[in-house]
Parts: sequence; structure tokens; C-alpha cells
Amino acid sequence: MTFSLIMGLYVFILSSVAGYQLISKVPPTLHTPLMSGANAISGVTILGAMTMAAQAAEHQDNTLAVALATLSVVFATVNVIGGFLVTDRMLGMFRAKKRKS
Amino acid sequence: MGSEVLEFKDVASHLIYLVSVVVFMLGIMRMSRVKTARWGNQMAAGAMFLACIGQAIELGMVNWTFIIVGVVVGGLVGGLAASRVEMTEMPEMVALFNGSGGIASSLVAIASYMLLVETRTPQQANVADQITAFNGVALGLTILVGAITFTGSIVAWGKLSGRLSGNPTLLPGRHLINGALFLAAFGATGVMIFTPDPQQGLMALVVICVTTCLLGIGLVIPIGGGDMPVVISLLNSYSGMAAALAGFTINSPVLIVSGSMVGAAGLILTQIMCKAMNRSLMNVLIGGFGQSDGAGSNEDARLYTNVKRADAEEAAMILEDARTVIVVPGYGMAVAQAQHAVREMADLLGDRGCQVRYAIHPVAGRMPGHMNVLLAEADVPYEAQVEMERINKDFKNTDVAIVIGANDVVNPVANTDTTSPIYGMPVLNVEEAGTVFVIKRSLSPGYAGIRNPLFEAENTLMLFGDGKAMVEGMSTALKEADD
Repeated sequence: MTFSLIMGLYVFILSSVAGYQLISKVPPTLHTPLMSGANAISGVTILGAMTMAAQAAEHQDNTLAVALATLSVVFATVNVIGGFLVTDRMLGMFRAKKRKS
Repeated sequence: MGSEVLEFKDVASHLIYLVSVVVFMLGIMRMSRVKTARWGNQMAAGAMFLACIGQAIELGMVNWTFIIVGVVVGGLVGGLAASRVEMTEMPEMVALFNGSGGIASSLVAIASYMLLVETRTPQQANVADQITAFNGVALGLTILVGAITFTGSIVAWGKLSGRLSGNPTLLPGRHLINGALFLAAFGATGVMIFTPDPQQGLMALVVICVTTCLLGIGLVIPIGGGDMPVVISLLNSYSGMAAALAGFTINSPVLIVSGSMVGAAGLILTQIMCKAMNRSLMNVLIGGFGQSDGAGSNEDARLYTNVKRADAEEAAMILEDARTVIVVPGYGMAVAQAQHAVREMADLLGDRGCQVRYAIHPVAGRMPGHMNVLLAEADVPYEAQVEMERINKDFKNTDVAIVIGANDVVNPVANTDTTSPIYGMPVLNVEEAGTVFVIKRSLSPGYAGIRNPLFEAENTLMLFGDGKAMVEGMSTALKEADD
């Protein structure tokens, strides 16, 4: 165990508690957009994918590692771009009562 | 995150990460209120962009070829899919996006391991020496959770889209098989981290990938199609967890914060859904629900007596005198694409001074809140969409309740018959309304496969036919009455 791991555990636990608190007050109307929005946030793994793609580029003789790292960027981007876009589309439909003209 | 002194660009990127995680949290906070939800989602997207900028600064002058290729391809695929998908297919879409997030985390860990093996120095005996045993375990778990999320989501997508049978597939000894797969994956993780032999390590990696992919399938395949929303919600939680674990593998606090927030959020949503169906999470995950109950259902459907039929004109005549109407939409309404027709009829009734509201059962649609999205798409104002707990007491003061494409969620048996499989599930008390219209194709049972006495109640009129055509017929008759 190193100190940075302990710090990581603090971060992990506190963020879980924060997430729990943030979500538990959501009205049912928003559950689907929320699920899809939260899903887009889990695409944050794109940062790790970027790191791996950059590292793999230094070892291009390892074709498999390069291919897998590039694929991880592809999938993570699908998750992020698709997730946020589709959530925005859904939420754009929620409108308040129309004023009678 | 260690105690070493950081370079300037690392400090800069970490400060950007810090801002982005705060914006993530503020975004999620805003997403919990209808008025600010869209803004919240855009904030979260902005935070993601910011985090990527931070990562770009941290990486600095490296070979960007593969990153750019990946982002362009992924952006095109994700963007096209998101802008083309129909709102009724939203659960499938979320399942697929979820699966891509899961496999992305898995691939990060797999690539990370392969590069570790590649860059091992003679002083380092194994991966545990290179990145500590704890990070190694996190690496193995990232692959495990990510792969389960991936194949599990694919199976869920298959069941939702009808490409796989929605029936629970119960293999004999499936708990034993899944247990064995899990143990094999776990054991291989140990080998992968501690073996000094690179070849053996890579073999272990392959074993982990295969067993965990199989495990994802094995865990989801026994669960019935109707329970897929719960599964997707749980897998959403897993994909967050996988991202957090990937954060431990590569020491990234942003990944840990965002991933664990999503993990906790998904868990909460899953609990809410299970509660709405009066099932425990365990009960859903063990699977097999709906199989034994389905057997006698066709016979039951023929047992209905005293069913009163009506057509659109007769229904419209009753609606002409109604002061208060509650529409109870089910997924069948969305399948018939009737939501626009329903909203038009509600507008006509509204013009006549009738109050129209929509009663939303927590599991109406195929995901919690899915029905709200479908109604919002048809321009139904969200104030008119009322949750079950708030509207249930109003049915007794309501002139007409219109049930369209819903069945089990309006089955009074859930309140009265202790032997029923759905006993205890919260239902909408539509039978208390003055008149109940049930718009349905036939008397076939719903997902739970049981008889619904509402269909033969004294105050119920069955309107057999296509939901959209029936509602349009009612609207036409209402207009004619006005002329």
C-alpha cells in the first residue's frame, strides 16, 4: 500500500457518497435521461484510453497493443459523444405547458 | 497523486481535472430538476471536454495519431447513432452505449498490461513489482467488470430489440458455471500479476478476457426481457465502477471520482426500479421470472366473462360529459405510436374545459422515466404527467380513466389476491374511476402472464383495436360533436 493508493480510496469512497446523495433526490420523470447522462459520464475512461493510445504509439511494433488502445479510444468516444447527445435530445423534449396564443 | 514533486504541466492539468470534476457534480445536481436538466447535461459534457483538454496537456508532445483516429471514428459512430435513434428504442441505445463504455475500460486495462509486459526492466520480477500488487488487482478487476458490462449489455440489447428471445434461458447448474467462471477469472488475475514469465502472463490475460466475457452472458441470459431495464441500470453502475477501477490502474483521480459517482448513481436507480416492481435485486438477478407463470396464461385469457365492448363513437360520447380524465399510458401506446394521437385528443378535451392528466407508473415504458420521455416527445407538458403516488387518490374523483397499452400496472389483483405473482406490486387504482376505457388489441395477458379482472369490471369498457386508430377515432367523434 502506498500513500497515493490510500488517497485514491478516500476519493473513491467520498465520490460514491456524493453520487448517492446527488442521485437519490431525482424525480422519476428524469430517470431515463439521468441514466443515459450518467452513462455518458462513465465514458470518462476516454482519458485512460488517450493515455494508452499515446503510450502504445511509442511501441508500434506491438501491433495488438496499438490496435486495442485505439479501439478503446473509439469505444470510449462512442460512449461519451453518443451518450451526451442522446441525453440532450431527450431533455430537449421536456417542455412546460404551452401558453395559449 | 504520489509525494513526488510535479512538473508545471502536470500541476496545470490536475487543476483542470479538479475544475472538471466539480463541474461534473454541479451538472449532475442540475440534472435532478426538470427545469435545469438540459443545462446540467451540457455542463457535464463541458466537464468531459475540459477533462480531455487536461489530459491533452498532461500528454503533451506525444504521437497523437491513434488518439485522433479513435476520436474521429468514435465521434462519428456515436454522433450518428445518437441523432438517428427513435425515442421508443432508447433502452436499446443506452444498453449499447453502456456496453461501449464497459469494453473501453476493459481495453484500457488490457492495453496497459500488454505495455507493462513490454517495458519490464530486468530489476522488475513481475507486474506487481512494476505498479504494486494493489494496482495489479485493480487492473484485473477493470477487465472483469468492463467485460461483464460489455457482454451483459449486448445480451440486454439483444433481448430488448427482439434479436434474442426475451424468455429467461435457464441452463442447468448455471450458478455453478458462473461461480466457476468467476473463480477462474480471479485465479488468472493472480497469475497475471505475479508471474515473472511474460508468456504466461499474456496467457492469463486471454483466460481472463474469455471467462469474463462468458460471465457477462451467463449472468444476463437467465433474466427475462421484462427485467432488462433493471439489468441495464445495474450495468450502468458497473460501467462507472469499471472506469473508477481503471482510474486506480493508471492513477487518475478524475476517473476515480467520475466513475464512482456513476457507480453509486446506477446503484440507486436500480434500487428504485426494483422497489417499483416490488422485487428484490437478488430476485431479479437470479432470474427465471415469468416462465412458470406464462404457461397457463392463454387459457386464462379465454375465461373472461361479461366483457363490455365499445367503439370509438360510444367512448367519445362519454368523454363529452367528462370533467376530469386521467390517461394511463403503457408501453403498448408507444409501440402503436399513439402518443401524438393521445395528446391531440387531450387538447380537444382541454378546449372543452376538461382536465386531462397522465398517470405514470414507475415502470411504465421499459425504463424508469421512459414514458415521460415518450410523452414529452409528443409535446405533453411535464406538469400534466403525475407520478403514481400522487395521482392514485384522485381516481375516485375522476370521470374517465383511459388505459392505453398498459395491463399489469392496472391489475387490481395486485392489491387483493395474496396468491397472485404480482401481489404487492404497486398499481394504479383505475377501477375507482367513474368509467374505465381499456384500449387494447385483445384480451391477451401482460408481461406477468396473468388474468386482469379489470377487463370485466362493471364500469370498464373494452375498446379493442390499434391504439392510434382508436384514439384518432375518438378525436374525430369529439370534433363532430362540436360542429
